[in-house]
Amino acid sequence: MRSRSPILALWLLLFASSADAQPKANPDGNSLVARGEYLARAGDCIACHTAPEGRIFAGGRAMPTPFGTLYSSNITPDRDTGIGKWTAEDFYKAMHYGRFPDGGLMYPAMPFASYTKVTRADTEAIFAYLKSIPPVNQRNREHDLRFPYSNRQLILGWRTLYFSEGEFKPDPTKSAEWNRGAYLVEGLGHCGMCHSPINALGGTSQSDAFKGGLIPMQNWYAPSLTSNREAGLGDWSIKDITDLLQTGVSMRGVVYGPMAEVVHNSLQYLSDEDTRAMAVYLKGIAEPSPPPPARTTLPTTESSLLISLGKTVYDKHCASCHGTQGEGKPPHWPPLANNQSIEMQSAVNPIRMVLNGGYPPGTKGNPMPYGMPPFAGLLSDNEVAAVVSYIRTAWGNRGTPVSAREANELRSAPLN
Amino acid sequence: MFARAAAFAAVTVILAAIDGAAAQTTNQPPDTMAARVEACTPCHGNQGEGTSDVYFPRLAGKPAGYLYNQLLAFKNGRRKYPPMNYLLEFLPDPYLQQMADYFADQHPPLPPVATSDASKEVLQHGQSLVSRGDPQRQIPACGSCHGPALTGMEPGIPGLLGLRPNYISAQLGAWRYGTRTAKAPDCMQQVAARLTEDDVTAVAAWLASRPAPVTVAPAPKGTYVLPFACGSQPD
Repeated sequence: MRSRSPILALWLLLFASSADAQPKANPDGNSLVARGEYLARAGDCIACHTAPEGRIFAGGRAMPTPFGTLYSSNITPDRDTGIGKWTAEDFYKAMHYGRFPDGGLMYPAMPFASYTKVTRADTEAIFAYLKSIPPVNQRNREHDLRFPYSNRQLILGWRTLYFSEGEFKPDPTKSAEWNRGAYLVEGLGHCGMCHSPINALGGTSQSDAFKGGLIPMQNWYAPSLTSNREAGLGDWSIKDITDLLQTGVSMRGVVYGPMAEVVHNSLQYLSDEDTRAMAVYLKGIAEPSPPPPARTTLPTTESSLLISLGKTVYDKHCASCHGTQGEGKPPHWPPLANNQSIEMQSAVNPIRMVLNGGYPPGTKGNPMPYGMPPFAGLLSDNEVAAVVSYIRTAWGNRGTPVSAREANELRSAPLN
Repeated sequence: MFARAAAFAAVTVILAAIDGAAAQTTNQPPDTMAARVEACTPCHGNQGEGTSDVYFPRLAGKPAGYLYNQLLAFKNGRRKYPPMNYLLEFLPDPYLQQMADYFADQHPPLPPVATSDASKEVLQHGQSLVSRGDPQRQIPACGSCHGPALTGMEPGIPGLLGLRPNYISAQLGAWRYGTRTAKAPDCMQQVAARLTEDDVTAVAAWLASRPAPVTVAPAPKGTYVLPFACGSQPD
């Protein structure tokens, strides 16, 4: 009996040292927790469940929606205010069915419609990780939703229309790599939350998956992941896709806005194998491009004036980085010629980039990104519209001109 | 045979990769901080000297620690100005430190002082608060923290010269209303809370009327003792 006490002491010592450690993987072989941390990164849980300057995973982050403001919940293992009393089964129910342990319904801001695809083993690993982080005693903040959305029973209706429960089923006709990518993109990655069009009820129909859409409240356009005329990656190399996902920059384009957050918090931490699997899947779901629409009309006098002013603005402010022919200096100064994000039907993103500029995320692969200057203070609405019209139509680009009014409307778009 | 072909292919791929890398370096942005901070310069000037817009302050020559604290505050949303919050949100802290060091090292000349339209009484009230404070209202002199020459002190206290009156009063107003905050103890918030609107106008007018000093460099760390604890300038 006595001989056991040194072992007990050693255990206590180990326990004490791991309690002091940062909330990250315990290297002494606690692989369930380490795997859970990795998967929590893949699910980007931190983005919603950590408030600015708040304690990690303590919730309280405000999430404006068209229906009012939601506040994310505390998912630290605190017994009174967090998930300290939850069992692994409770956690699986939350991820898989969108229900609280008492059976209450979660708002679909929690991406359970995607997380339902996550396997039981993976949710158990994430739960083990969340149980290993320091508990934070912080009460959840009441949601601030307008009537009638404040009535949780409405969620039942939403679920009937837009939620189908069920774990990911591999497609036996596809490779293991493709299936791994599909599992990550459709499940934990919950890419469809932004990249699928959202209707007035905040739902997405299955047939519209990954067809792109304007992100409500943020006024950024999340491009289609299937159309090669938007962000469809069908004619991208696997390396360009993995570069974009892991570092935020690539030879074909750069991420800004909400996608910068995803790369910063989540994608940069994924393994090379998983990133490659996602790339293989994303390249695979691209649909054959429809032929570009014929030019509807000859440029009117107005749009040709716009484009000639646009060239003047471009040569003065843009050409030194993006090149006289829109060739850029990729990956850091992205090309504008033959850049899908410039030519898309929605001109929201190029207009916002001219107005607000932006930095790609700082990542392990690109820790000191180059930034695009904001031009909102230097250029008039007319000049913004002109230069965006120019880059959307010059050098063989097949976009359409934009109006000064569209430029003006985006001056007041929220920035964060 | 196969192995030999594979080795040959590998060499070709490596050579192609080297070729590609060489081609890329000739068509890459300059590997400098000046190129990396171009997103800052439309508002703050090429060397951080400021622009004609009075609400965008000069950054050049301010203590690097002060600039770094402001970048962190904008990044984390503690200091609220959406265009800045947006730009910095996903940048790593070590990179923000390098940006701060870059602008701290720039020394373009200060702008000429604009003539003030404030009355003599207002300027006198401002001078009195800046140089002596108001002990009855527990308002310390600006110079007791920002230095006798008002050029600040390393690493965290900024100089007050070369700023325009609208910018100074906007910042003092932001401290008073709590939209600009700093690490606790938030000494500027404590001071600004004791100022009236008239005090703010007077201090801003007098500071903006001061000629550029011969040296604008902040005093070295520890040159003088602060009158009270300040989270931005830890001991």
